[in-house]
Amino acid sequence: MPRRSDIRTVMVIGSGPIVIGQACEFDYSGTQACRVLRAEGLRVVLVNSNPATIMTDPEFADATYVEPITPEYVERIIAKERPDALLATLGGQTALNTAMALHRAGVLDRYGVELIGADVEAIERGENRERFKEIVAQIGAESARSAICHSMADCLEAVTDLGYPVVVRPSFTMGGAGSGIAYDEADLQRIAGAGLQASPTSEVLLEESIIGWKEYELELMRDHRDNVVVICSIENLDPMGVHTGDSITVAPALTLTDREYQHMRDVGIAIIRAVGVDTGGCNIQFAINPDNGRMIVIEMNPRVSRSSALASKATGFPIAKIAARLAIGYSLDEIPNDITQKTPASFEPTLDYIVVKVPRFAFEKFPGADTTLTTTMKSVGEAMAIGRSFSEALQKALRSLESRGASFAWPRTREDVDVAGLLGRMRRPHDGRLSLVQQALWAGAGIDAVHDATGIDPWFLEQIVQINDEADRIRAADTLDAQVLRHAKRRGFSDAQIAQLRALSEREVRELRHALGVRPVYKTVDTCAAEFEAYTPYHYSSYDQENEAIPSDRRKVIILGSGPNRIGQGIEFDYSCVHAALTLKEAGFETIMVNCNPETVSTDYDTSDRLYFEPLTLEDVLEIVHLEGSVGELAGVVVQLGGQTPLGLAQALEDAGVPIVGTPPRAIHLAEERGAFGSVLAAAGLPAPAHGTARSFAEARAIAERVGYPVLVRPSYVLGGRGMEIVYDDGMLADYLERATTVNPEHPVLVDRFLDDAVEIDVDALFDGTDIYIAGIMEHIEEAGIHSGDSACALPAITLTEADVERIRRSTSAIAEGVGVLGLLNVQFALADGELYVLEANPRASRTVPFVSKATGVHVAKAAARIMLGASIADLRSEGLLPSTGDGSTLPRGAPVAVKEAVLPFGRFHGVDTVLGPEMRSTGEVMGLDDTFGVAFAKSQEAAYSGGLPTQGTVFVSLADRDKVRGVASVRRLSDAGFRIFATDGTAAALREVGVPVDVVRKQHEGRGPQGEPTTVDAIMAGDVDLIVNTPYGVGPRVDGYEIRTAAVVKGIASITTVQGLAAAVAGIESMRSGTPGVRSLQEHAAALTALRAREG
Amino acid sequence: MTRDPAVLVLEDGRVWHGHSFGAVGTTFGEAVFNTGMSGYQETLTDPSYHRQVVVMTAPHIGNTGVNDEDPESSRIWVSGYVVRDPSPIVSNWRARRSLEDELRGQGIVGICDIDTRALTRYLRDRGAMRVGIFSGEVGRTPDLLAAVQASPSMVGADLTADVTTPEAYVVPALGEEHFRVVAVDLGIKAMTPHRMAERGMTVHVVPAGWSWTQISAVRPDGVFFSNGPGDPATARHAVEVMRDALGAGVPVFGICFGNQILGRALGLSTYKLRFGHRGINQPVMDRATGKVDITAHNHGFAVDAPRDAIFDTPFGRARVSHVCLNDDVVEGLECLDVPACSVQYHPEAAAGPHDAAYLFDRFADLMRGAHAPA
Repeated sequence: MPRRSDIRTVMVIGSGPIVIGQACEFDYSGTQACRVLRAEGLRVVLVNSNPATIMTDPEFADATYVEPITPEYVERIIAKERPDALLATLGGQTALNTAMALHRAGVLDRYGVELIGADVEAIERGENRERFKEIVAQIGAESARSAICHSMADCLEAVTDLGYPVVVRPSFTMGGAGSGIAYDEADLQRIAGAGLQASPTSEVLLEESIIGWKEYELELMRDHRDNVVVICSIENLDPMGVHTGDSITVAPALTLTDREYQHMRDVGIAIIRAVGVDTGGCNIQFAINPDNGRMIVIEMNPRVSRSSALASKATGFPIAKIAARLAIGYSLDEIPNDITQKTPASFEPTLDYIVVKVPRFAFEKFPGADTTLTTTMKSVGEAMAIGRSFSEALQKALRSLESRGASFAWPRTREDVDVAGLLGRMRRPHDGRLSLVQQALWAGAGIDAVHDATGIDPWFLEQIVQINDEADRIRAADTLDAQVLRHAKRRGFSDAQIAQLRALSEREVRELRHALGVRPVYKTVDTCAAEFEAYTPYHYSSYDQENEAIPSDRRKVIILGSGPNRIGQGIEFDYSCVHAALTLKEAGFETIMVNCNPETVSTDYDTSDRLYFEPLTLEDVLEIVHLEGSVGELAGVVVQLGGQTPLGLAQALEDAGVPIVGTPPRAIHLAEERGAFGSVLAAAGLPAPAHGTARSFAEARAIAERVGYPVLVRPSYVLGGRGMEIVYDDGMLADYLERATTVNPEHPVLVDRFLDDAVEIDVDALFDGTDIYIAGIMEHIEEAGIHSGDSACALPAITLTEADVERIRRSTSAIAEGVGVLGLLNVQFALADGELYVLEANPRASRTVPFVSKATGVHVAKAAARIMLGASIADLRSEGLLPSTGDGSTLPRGAPVAVKEAVLPFGRFHGVDTVLGPEMRSTGEVMGLDDTFGVAFAKSQEAAYSGGLPTQGTVFVSLADRDKVRGVASVRRLSDAGFRIFATDGTAAALREVGVPVDVVRKQHEGRGPQGEPTTVDAIMAGDVDLIVNTPYGVGPRVDGYEIRTAAVVKGIASITTVQGLAAAVAGIESMRSGTPGVRSLQEHAAALTALRAREG
Repeated sequence: MTRDPAVLVLEDGRVWHGHSFGAVGTTFGEAVFNTGMSGYQETLTDPSYHRQVVVMTAPHIGNTGVNDEDPESSRIWVSGYVVRDPSPIVSNWRARRSLEDELRGQGIVGICDIDTRALTRYLRDRGAMRVGIFSGEVGRTPDLLAAVQASPSMVGADLTADVTTPEAYVVPALGEEHFRVVAVDLGIKAMTPHRMAERGMTVHVVPAGWSWTQISAVRPDGVFFSNGPGDPATARHAVEVMRDALGAGVPVFGICFGNQILGRALGLSTYKLRFGHRGINQPVMDRATGKVDITAHNHGFAVDAPRDAIFDTPFGRARVSHVCLNDDVVEGLECLDVPACSVQYHPEAAAGPHDAAYLFDRFADLMRGAHAPA
């Protein structure tokens, strides 16, 4: 049957902001779905609060709503757009939960919206643990013994039967949020308590421990004719006990016989049928006892998942794309396999290579967080690598992480390794465990001992032994000849690793290798192990015999992606890379993408003309340049769109003779190097905050005295605000220098005057060498000093005058010219006491490019890519890619306001202080769009945090002294709006002084009162507080207020930590109280902007 | 472990260098590739691979070793084995020994460290061809090529006698016996009688040389023709027996070689595919239901039959019941006037998915006489 004719309009729900457990893989799946549905002639209505996504670009849907993904907002959109069907299986748990809520509220019935993909019953059966276990039993398979509990008493009773350790899993949460392993009753109280809280149905499952068993996943698809195929099997190198998102995983499964694999496949197929996923994908997880093969079904996701994205990239089978087609009526055999073109999608991909995925963590951003890996996902990103052997793929994956120490290394002697210590430390799964395993094996710990300590299958351990043996051979070889190099390369060794082993430089190894003609070949991901010809140039390198990637004779551009997601470098950069690929393809270039992040749209083989799924290291990029540059004309390599990763390669690439398009490396250096940038500013007459460089505490104190406290201190040469703090006095300065860094002549510390109470301004601009185009001016809601990535901001700016805007414009232009930018430039300014200070400039795509594009209705990233390759701003204006007149600094009067809000992962890291600071810690962002700032801000809060801002109830307020004057005014407005105010002593006094009625609550350290009066934390935990305002003085976990903010995280209550944020919240609350906000699509927004411009112009 | 150099020589003169894997020595056969990611032990012991040198596209082979439950026959049948990365260790709770020990023990010459993907692409584009693997006392390449070119071709090869059982034996029904089946062993796999036994069939596995008189003396409810190696055009005796069975109106089921035998008995011709189907991910559509099964294949020859219409045969009307969606190759035949059907692929699926196991139920239906021709 071809596609259904009764569906004309389909609503697609995205997954919202990037959070741990739900990242840009859903942009990949959603973008694919939107493309497919529109290609089928359907009208697509999209809802996603995340502006950083490709899918929310207006051209991917007919009506794009960047609105909060809550049942209330989605209902408003349904009422307005009247879709025939809702596809909720491609937007992660967020979309699925929203669809279920809409169903329960009767909205879907009321508007006659059919849930396609998986229906309500199937979602229930798949996600409700009790019902799922019944299904598993019905089909004759086994689940772990378990008990469903709805209270702590239930839990304690159940555990008497199950015994410790016991696994705790809350129902209906994503990414395993709230799960954990309890080894004793104290653990159980803590984990199950939080889990009962996290589950929307107050339900947790306690389960017999199968820690240490082998863990597998199957990705399956089913069509309406009941055809089922298994797309991919995935084996976890880390055994049961570590969340699959935090595990090193391998495809295909490598340690199963066919008999066992087919049993797993049979069970998987029986489950997808019994659960009743009508069409589309699902993911099922299994555990196998390594001693006897007993197989247990763990869980299923009746939707496209993170693993589906991985499986799609690992096999070349685009699960989301096919799922979207199946949902509208096609069967698998009616859909062609893109890659072979001649064969249908109703088959099972077979791999002739090995895929390894490794997680990327960000624990360094969250001091105090528990780094043990458990069943709650903690990683923020991942890298994938493909090789012709496991060892090749593993080593490529580890170097793709770009984390220091991730690649295997070998000490000088085995005596330097403390084997017993390593064996002890590796018992606790944690980030970096594999390096311990490798070192222990190298130093003589046997496979059995390491297997006992970690549960890692001996097959994988033996592979690591082989890598170690190869390292020994490399070190011992008389000369580094072609044979030694070739062997090393086949095991995945990088030039850098070989250099370390031979005490050479990486460059020496590379030159020697090239002289000996030892270079990689490129193979193709073709879904069929070469049985049929592949038509899709999706390649990976291997040191094997035959090269299949034949370069074309066209004019080409290589775009370097941004690698694994991490805090500070995520989907926003992929967004810019994808746009460059799309627009340069249109402009006639052959576009070649290099990236190693399986979650992204950029690694979809549909995005560029050619895709190299490769690590973003100098060595790997140079080899691609060598191959692609051998035929045709290589116009250059784009490094300014993928964030710090490609930017960091720019100079070395240029040194190797590779053309860099756009801003040249020397200009990048000019902006990044403090002294050089200072000269640029001085030449342009632009002020920067007073600063100095200290090599000792005495020097630091002298600088602080000169510039005045507070000061911003940080180690030199850091990225993304690492180790940066605001220091208010000598004591804190001494503490910082002792705690956070080593200061000596080789590692100086930078000390900047911190502009207290300054307004921070972020500017994105395009410069073509002559003209400037201000893409957007964003005013931060939090004060300067909070990392721009963590700060909410508004566009257009709320408080800036026309004169301010003009000054910003002139300054940005002067910096662009002074630095020598060609393409994108991001500048951060601070406006304090009438002075506009330049904080920093980055001659590259910024995190805000997608937000600015959406808020102003202009394709900033596309324009940047064109400018880098020679187009002028004037050209782009006449082409229509940029507006014919005006720019982002001259938005018409009455233009709607867009607010960006950051989303923070504190819920994942219990015990970590939630106070914002100069170190970026957010994982994602949302956008609120409306006519007024208040409503736009309220929408952004609604989108970022469940529940959003309260419109009534109780507010707890505790203000630092310096915030009391400004904070009190805002609190008075809340009181006027009918909120009850709780405050601590000092704050209460300040409020009473101006006549605000207030109740005093006891501070935590005061303990409960004589009559059992609760402390603040008690009140929060009892659910008596709806909003928390707690502005801290200083930073660090011991500062008063830490427990209050932690309680807020546990209870999921909005917590405001700045007076500026409070003012914004009050504006939002007031506007919410005055009426229900409307919804508007980006397409309507862009049309309104155009109309306003025309009226003004 | 250090390995001797080894060399793989194709009949068109292309040479591939690698290292010895398994037994050291010389072997010849038809070079074919198998795309299964699991099931090497079943593949090696499948008699249909007799006289073939199998190239595995999966890069790591031997990870789970060799166990006592999974072989499909009493010995390894491939004449040579080509892999990229043999596993240095064995990791599976059922494993008894390593694959390499098993290959050595059975004298199977193999080669490793080959770019098996490149070799597969080569065979895909140029077709299956004769090959030799040489390790140990390796001579000069020109002589090796001549040796390869002197080795027998698969076209016209009658290999049934090599693989069939010397004596008849019985696989009893599991549980109550509902049917008695004679299985003509043209190279039968162990899983096939097992799947029948699971459905209450007592299976008399008989040598390929048995006459119809001998077979009918068993008074079977149905006759089964197994898979097996070689060119179906040479299987004159099996075709004769098939005709007798069809003429007698005894229900007939065939798998793989058995499908080709049925085709030839119906007057259809068979032909050699360029590189064949060998893998466990092949989509086959049952044209009666429109359902697609993922199936295990191992065939270098296929039946040529009209796909779009019912056609006449000496035994009445027949039709193509199954096709491979990758390339439209005929994958199943069904007689409409006599109780007979066959498939070109492997519903017993060892190795491979179990999607097509229902075909054994269909055979039972045929024997029950409940099968109503459409």
